[in-house]
Amino acid sequence: MMDFSYMRPASLEAAGAGLASGGTLLGGGTGLLDLARLGIAQPQAVIDLTRLPGLDRIEVTGTEARIGALIKMSRLAAHPAMRAALPAVGQSLLASASPQIRNMATIGGNLLQRTRCAYFRDASFGSCNRRNPGSGCAAIGGVTRGHALLGTSAHCIATHPGDLAVALVALDAVVETWSPDGPRALSIHDFFLAPGATPEKEFALASGDIVTGLRIPLAPAAQRARYVKLRDRASYEFAAASIAAGLSLTDDGRVADIRIALGGVATIPWRARAVEAALRGQRPTPAAIAAAAALAMREAEPQHDNRHKLALVPALIERTLTEMIGDAA
Amino acid sequence: MSPPRPLTLIINGEPRALLVEPRTTLLDALRENLDLTGTKKGCDHGQCGACTVHVDGERVLACLTLAHQVEGARIATIEGLAGPDGTLHAVQKAFLAEDAFQCGYCTPGQIMSAVACIREGHAGSPEEIREFMAGNLCRCGAYPHIVAAVQRAAQALEQEALP
Ligand SMILES: Cc1cc2nc3c(=O)[nH]c(=O)nc-3n(C[C@H](O)[C@H](O)[C@H](O)COP(=O)(O)OP(=O)(O)OC[C@H]3O[C@@H](n4cnc5c(N)ncnc54)[C@H](O)[C@@H]3O)c2cc1C
Ligand code: SF4
Ligand code: FES
Ligand code: FES
Repeated sequence: MMDFSYMRPASLEAAGAGLASGGTLLGGGTGLLDLARLGIAQPQAVIDLTRLPGLDRIEVTGTEARIGALIKMSRLAAHPAMRAALPAVGQSLLASASPQIRNMATIGGNLLQRTRCAYFRDASFGSCNRRNPGSGCAAIGGVTRGHALLGTSAHCIATHPGDLAVALVALDAVVETWSPDGPRALSIHDFFLAPGATPEKEFALASGDIVTGLRIPLAPAAQRARYVKLRDRASYEFAAASIAAGLSLTDDGRVADIRIALGGVATIPWRARAVEAALRGQRPTPAAIAAAAALAMREAEPQHDNRHKLALVPALIERTLTEMIGDAA
Repeated sequence: MSPPRPLTLIINGEPRALLVEPRTTLLDALRENLDLTGTKKGCDHGQCGACTVHVDGERVLACLTLAHQVEGARIATIEGLAGPDGTLHAVQKAFLAEDAFQCGYCTPGQIMSAVACIREGHAGSPEEIREFMAGNLCRCGAYPHIVAAVQRAAQALEQEALP
């Protein structure tokens, strides 16, 4: 691993000063140190955030949940008030990585994990626009079982790997950041950047921004949301397809609010707005659900090895919504 | 160049002074600087669990932890698990009783992970054990015996805890 220095700032101001002089933030290190060992991340100076005071709180009020960026994944997953208020958050976390990684990884670092495909991780492939802008994409025309069908571009087709992020997109979360210019709040819907012509630019953050926390509003559809992850093996695997789905019904049984976000199939956590629009205000009959679910992959651009997801995703949406309506009845 | 810096780690209850570069992982510090080679290096990328140790009582991966990151924390490794008189921990006994290994390379990580898995309350059924031991891979495929050993140890520890 490349040589780097290490600092442990005692305040956001000190961390910000470290960033301004070219440092790289360190949370749990499970993403950064992995990529540094591969030579793909090349930090000069590592800024360990994990002992910064004040960013390790979880608070659930009557209207929202607030989550500090330094909370570990395992702690957030086990938090009783969070589990009661927003079960999809814990479900997405417990479906992520392994118990050891969840004990190490911070929520901030989890949100900022790089989108990476196997070709990105293997520097012996010269072509990767995300790793080396302008070099091409080794995945296009290569082995693409895990690659994206939605939000792709001619420059990159890597799948966003996160689980929590998918839940947060369904829950309309807000990301809070700090920089020397002051604090800022950013909708999760603006946070992740689809690759377009600049796949190396993954987040709508400026170089001095530190993620300090999350806010999640407590709407009925969010509180009833759930997260379901399909994988090629039972556990410890990235999603073949995943869904965070939230639903609330009116007194006369129509869809009042619906949220559907997809993972494992898109370059960013993907909100399936067309599916939502088709069901909002409607009675969620089996036929209506099936028709709406079929819209999810309408704009998909499959690769050679991932065409099975054209059917997998609608089936996952249909199954999840049907189960939710069954459970609510 | 970032030169080695002094650091004190509390390992298996004892403060140990060492001099390591900022980029040194806890795994390399244990194995190369402190001669504690019980913690294994499998993948060095957070994928296999062979390097599992406890930091402040929680299982983590030593290969993705910087040694300087855990300054002052309590670190437990496989070497500290048995009693001072050599009496094996219930999980170690159960791995022997159930023959829960072949080559043994993954075993220290499996055992450290299992101790935490039981303490977390995630060893209630074979299904739960499989899910919460998923971060520890075994190339020899000793999984059925590992699950049996964790179950046996969980029961033994529950018996011990009875008044
Ligand atoms: C084997 C393996 C399996 C995995 N499986 C899954 C999975 O199934 N699902 C899933 O969702 N994830 C998975 N992951 C990814 C894992 O969840 C992330 O590595 C982890 O959440 C990153 O958190 P961290 O605190 O360790 O981040 P770090 O590695 O410390 O940081 C990650 C990035 O975020 C930046 N950063 C960290 N904190 C901040 C902050 N507060 N503000 C701004 N920038 C910051 C860092 O500079 C770095 O670029 C897996 C990882 C591994 C190694
Ligand atoms: S899909 Fe994206 S990350 Fe993968 S090789 Fe192509 S450019 Fe790189
Ligand atoms: S050596 Fe640490 S997880 Fe494999
Ligand atoms: S016993 Fe050989 S790897 Fe598990």
